[in-house]
Amino acid sequence: MADDPISQFQISRLVPIEIGNLDFSFTNSSLFMVATVAAAGGFLFLTTANRGLVPGRMQSISEMSYEFIANMLREGAGTQGMRFFPLVFSLFMFVLVANLMGMVPYFFTVTSHIIVTFALAMLVIGTVIVYGFMKHGIGFLKLFVPHGVPPLIVPLVSAIEVISFLSRPISLSVRLFANMLAGHITLKVFAGFVTSMSALGALGVVGSILPLLMTIALTGLEFLVSFLQAYVFAVLTCMYLNDALHPGH
Amino acid sequence: MLVTPSFAQDAEPVPTENLNTETGVEDHGAEGSGLFPPFDSSTFASQLLWLAITFGLFYLFMQRVIVPRIGGILENRRDRIASDFDEAERLKSEADEAIAAYEQELAEAKSKASLIGQRARDDAKAEADIERTQIESDLAAKMAEAEKRITEIKARALGEVDVIAEDTTVAIVEQLTGSTVTPATASAAVKAVANDE
Repeated sequence: MADDPISQFQISRLVPIEIGNLDFSFTNSSLFMVATVAAAGGFLFLTTANRGLVPGRMQSISEMSYEFIANMLREGAGTQGMRFFPLVFSLFMFVLVANLMGMVPYFFTVTSHIIVTFALAMLVIGTVIVYGFMKHGIGFLKLFVPHGVPPLIVPLVSAIEVISFLSRPISLSVRLFANMLAGHITLKVFAGFVTSMSALGALGVVGSILPLLMTIALTGLEFLVSFLQAYVFAVLTCMYLNDALHPGH
Repeated sequence: MLVTPSFAQDAEPVPTENLNTETGVEDHGAEGSGLFPPFDSSTFASQLLWLAITFGLFYLFMQRVIVPRIGGILENRRDRIASDFDEAERLKSEADEAIAAYEQELAEAKSKASLIGQRARDDAKAEADIERTQIESDLAAKMAEAEKRITEIKARALGEVDVIAEDTTVAIVEQLTGSTVTPATASAAVKAVANDE
């Protein structure tokens, strides 16, 4: 690993796989996707294996995360929204565990790549569009015509609504990606100051205390951001799914 | 997920060459293309494929195993709590019934006790009354006897008063006049005076 703060996002092939002209290699990113899924799924599976009537600590964590998302979805999209519960729960757990795993030194952060977060966002928006049209047919387009608006400005309002709808996958994916990317770069830069300053001798070692404290504080902040971004992702997913269920505002 | 348009640059035959496909500058690292990694579209296909595989499996696992399981655990607990509540409710109503029965019995016992007490009191009172009346009648009889005796004594005393008066009269006359009077005269005189009064 170089001191370069960008190199942590480098994708390296572990098992090269090429089909046609496309590179489907199993990379470090793929490895951490597998690890994320295994950790999240394994945790939820093992902690609930006893099906304890009185939950232990670990089972409580699984149950709390379940109820946390269930309440969020019920409040955001009503009881009908509960059909999307497995999706929202999976998204939340995937993003949360991927973010937290990225906090381990030398681990790769899956969610620091725009294509991953964009794919997850498109999954959400795709679900909204497909389910919206399936459930309401053409009536789903009422989403873009809020009622109670004077007819004269309907075109303007609709245009704004369409633009805001189209920008959703972008804002959803960029928010998560940028937060993870920026956090990890900042962390790496400050941590890099510690090593490069302490290489300068006694004065440098003393001087490196400041960036060291900064690194510690940032680590705490990044753990918070990891959770917060998973939470925000899940909340916004619930809000967008609400549009699919109840397009007429 | 369709991201195919961005793969034009992957069409080059030797992708392992350390030459950046966009800038043509040689890379510093042995791996990667030198682009800012998150924007390096040559890795997109692999990331999308593996994301689809891992997230797809994860979703299926969550949907088939985890969600029903945790949902079942929570449901079980809710049912258990509800049934425990019902049981508690039932026991409570039973206890209430028992308390009501106990209180009724207690009230009955109390009224019975007071009845017995009342009866005992009444009996005692009646007995005392009988005794009292008997004693009273005894006393009345004794009193009547005593009164009779008093009147007898009184009468006798009054009779003796006349004799004393005659004797006194005889004595007084003797003293004053020096003559003697017969007791008969004295008695007549006394009677006359007594009758005057």
